Amino acid sequence: MNVPGGISCREVVEIVTAYLDGALDAELAQRLERHLELCPPCTAYVAQIRATARLAAAAELEQHPDRDELLQTFRAFQSGRP
Amino acid sequence: MIIDPDADLLARLRAGDEAAFMELVERYGPLMLRIALSHVRSRAVAEEVVQEAWLGVLKGLDRFEGRSSLKTWILRIVANRARTRGEREARSVPVSALEGDEPAVDPGRFRPFDDPRYPGGWAAPPHAWPEERLLAGETLDQVRMAIATLPARQQEVILLRDVEGWEPEEVSAALDLTPGNQRVLLHRARSKVRAQLEDYFDEVAA
Repeated sequence: MNVPGGISCREVVEIVTAYLDGALDAELAQRLERHLELCPPCTAYVAQIRATARLAAAAELEQHPDRDELLQTFRAFQSGRP
Repeated sequence: MIIDPDADLLARLRAGDEAAFMELVERYGPLMLRIALSHVRSRAVAEEVVQEAWLGVLKGLDRFEGRSSLKTWILRIVANRARTRGEREARSVPVSALEGDEPAVDPGRFRPFDDPRYPGGWAAPPHAWPEERLLAGETLDQVRMAIATLPARQQEVILLRDVEGWEPEEVSAALDLTPGNQRVLLHRARSKVRAQLEDYFDEVAA
């Protein structure tokens, strides 16, 4: 039986986010790293999750709310202040 | 005590400084609009939600004690308004985002757990992605589309964590989530966006 690190690939894909956040306990993180050393598909999978997060950062938010409306909101609020 | 990067703007805003207000609108407006759009159907309603949220910010300034950062507080206000509006539109189903079993990868792509050689191992492993396509405009469009189709709660978390680069603690505070729930939502969001990108890259390679 071949289960690197004692974790199956199907389990690896469910703990990758916790792993990348450093939220796994040390023992499990070590087993996961052992698994990754021996399992190219899971290594590719983790790289894809990292890439996904990077791509999300690159896909910036391009839409602005209506500035004039907001400025009116601000002015109306200020003029109503004591 | 951490110094809020917006401390100066906050002081000016409290003094009624219009330029400070517009600077904050510039800084957080697009994010607020995206958060609103994740809960409501139309741009027009999302704009209204953002307006209401800013009014809520202005009205609440006197009560804001700086226990969270200004951006966390603003985000909290817009997320709450957006949820309320979304629930009225019956689009947000608040709890479902954390219920049920949503595997990160189609279980059919793994061998069964009683497989004699590779229990739970990949049957259909992922292919490496083409490096040269990663930052192409079309790829980024795919990412935006994939994020836009996520359930509202997952969208909020991936927007803040990955698109905006907030720390997990900040996201939990802004969205009233436990650290565990914050991570589950991020996990589901990233897994789905990855799966859509995989479909896209497989298609362009075919």
